[in-house]
Amino acid sequence: MSSLIQVQNLTKVYENEGVLTPAVKAVTFFIEKGEFVSIMGPSGSGKSTMMQMLGFLDRPSAGKYFLEDQDVGDFSDDELAEIRNKKIGFVFQTFNLLPRTTVFENVELPLLYDYKMSKDNFKKVMEALRSVGMEHRKDYFSNQLSGGERQRVAIARALVNSPSVIFADEPTGNLDSKSGTQVMKILQNLNDAGKTIVLVTHETFTAEHGKRIIRMKDGEIVSDEPIANRRFATEGELLK
Amino acid sequence: MRLTDPVKIAYRNLVANKFRSFLTILGIIIGVGSVILIMAIGGSAQELILDQVKGVGSNLVGVLPGASDEEGPPAQAMGIIITTFTYDDFLALMERKNVPQVESGVAYVQSTQTVTYQNTDSSVGIMGVTHGLLDVQDIELAEGRFFSEEDDIGLSRIAVIGSKVKEDIFGSEDAVNRKIKIKKETFIVVGVLKEKGGAGFGMDSSDDSIFIPLKTAQKIILGINHISFARFKIENVDEIDSAKEDIARTMREEHDIDNSKDDDFSVRDTVSALDTLKNVTDVLKYFLLTVGSISLLVGGVGIMNIMLISVNQRIREVGLRKAVGAKNLTILVQFLIESATITLIGGMVGITGGIFLAYLISAVVTNFFGYNWEFIVSGQSVIIATLVSIFIGLVFGLYPARKASRISPMEALRYE
Repeated sequence: MSSLIQVQNLTKVYENEGVLTPAVKAVTFFIEKGEFVSIMGPSGSGKSTMMQMLGFLDRPSAGKYFLEDQDVGDFSDDELAEIRNKKIGFVFQTFNLLPRTTVFENVELPLLYDYKMSKDNFKKVMEALRSVGMEHRKDYFSNQLSGGERQRVAIARALVNSPSVIFADEPTGNLDSKSGTQVMKILQNLNDAGKTIVLVTHETFTAEHGKRIIRMKDGEIVSDEPIANRRFATEGELLK
Repeated sequence: MRLTDPVKIAYRNLVANKFRSFLTILGIIIGVGSVILIMAIGGSAQELILDQVKGVGSNLVGVLPGASDEEGPPAQAMGIIITTFTYDDFLALMERKNVPQVESGVAYVQSTQTVTYQNTDSSVGIMGVTHGLLDVQDIELAEGRFFSEEDDIGLSRIAVIGSKVKEDIFGSEDAVNRKIKIKKETFIVVGVLKEKGGAGFGMDSSDDSIFIPLKTAQKIILGINHISFARFKIENVDEIDSAKEDIARTMREEHDIDNSKDDDFSVRDTVSALDTLKNVTDVLKYFLLTVGSISLLVGGVGIMNIMLISVNQRIREVGLRKAVGAKNLTILVQFLIESATITLIGGMVGITGGIFLAYLISAVVTNFFGYNWEFIVSGQSVIIATLVSIFIGLVFGLYPARKASRISPMEALRYE
């Protein structure tokens, strides 16, 4: 019982006008600290729903979820918000940066919702920006950046609160191959530095940048194995 | 979360949609502006009206023909002519043994007549008065003389004219000893009054009137025997109530009335008249204020509308904020501060605009119409308007803010 994430029979059923659609069916697995797990599957396989439950954006219909040995099943909305703030970092396919807002302010956002006012916000933001190589853009507005740069800023935002785990949902999906490679490189570097990363993708190529791959289909895990020939993101590598 | 952050966010959203923001704020500007303007105009008008009454003097008691209850208007105000009040009644009231508190008094008949000078006609208010007018109403002579006690009963055709009448009819010429015609009867001007100021409302505007002896007015001009009203100056303000009682008692004796219910006259003092007028003007002021408040309400609905649109446009933003740790309450507060910031800005502009307009009106009224119109904007009304505009932002922002705070982060991030 010392896994970072432990889910038992995690289930999600969507109800739409009386019709029940199961998206995730009683899934059980562990994720240890320091892992780089790729959750892979075609669209409709339940991988995104899985990530949303793991990231506390959505509540499971049934099953148990332990984060750092804590049963979070009966947490209130506010408690979940606090967990998202302190222990989870998100990277989305569509970046989700605030428009008309500077790079610095975008990265600072999670710190603003940390109700313990800390004085070294500036230091933390700059550190996060440095780790994605974006500190020179800190005063740019988010809409002045290229796609790759935006995603790097989004990664910095996910990092700034030193979360226990970073969830990346198709982080390269909206990027050209060069920018995608950069993003994967950053994620691998972060993992090398000890960060736990959960990557959700439908591409085998991208998924193979992780250390372990969980394949899903129709809401169930079809395989869960370490990656034998792990890919390393390098300059000149063609993504996709 | 710093308090300045939502204000900053609100500011950014305002700047990003300049025209839409302007339209939204316009409703609040107009609402707050009109409330401020109405309060200012109401206050000034009230002050002007009350000044008119105060100008007559606060130690006066008036006697009017016809019964009326204390609060209601006198019968004369309804256009009813009552002929029971006569010069003899006035003389009885002036007697020390009847009403000892009276220092001086004046009886009036009033009408408007055509006045002719050198073939030019004009319509002027003619007041038939007794010799006590100047003392009772605190009016001074600019030149010439006023009526003597003998003029009260004689039928001398002499006139004393107000300062404005003098200017209108004679211009810069001398008026004393000139002849004018009132209703085709020739009168000699014997005196001109000093300007008293406070024109308007048809009452006691001595500047606008021509005064002739009471009997002359009754017999030669009007052909009547009654008087319109009388005023008495009371030596001591504290004796006004006892004077009113003595006046009423004397009137009853004169008219053989046993029961006060059968009174055919009314006794008023200026203090209670002031109260009545203040009540009337207050009602007017608050009525106008209500009208202004309705426009504020409409502005508030506009704010709600725009905030709802804004919430819908920013579903992804809300989702992201929640994903990185914003609690429901934080989102609620953020949107509330946003709408309150919008209405506060509108309120500030509205207050400034309202004050400016009120000032403009006071300048126009003072300079072009000659009224003694004071520019009054109370600090109280500014504070109230500021608080009300914030309040409107909070009230009308509450529903959109609640809606925003309940957005599920997952659905918000999925939303395209």
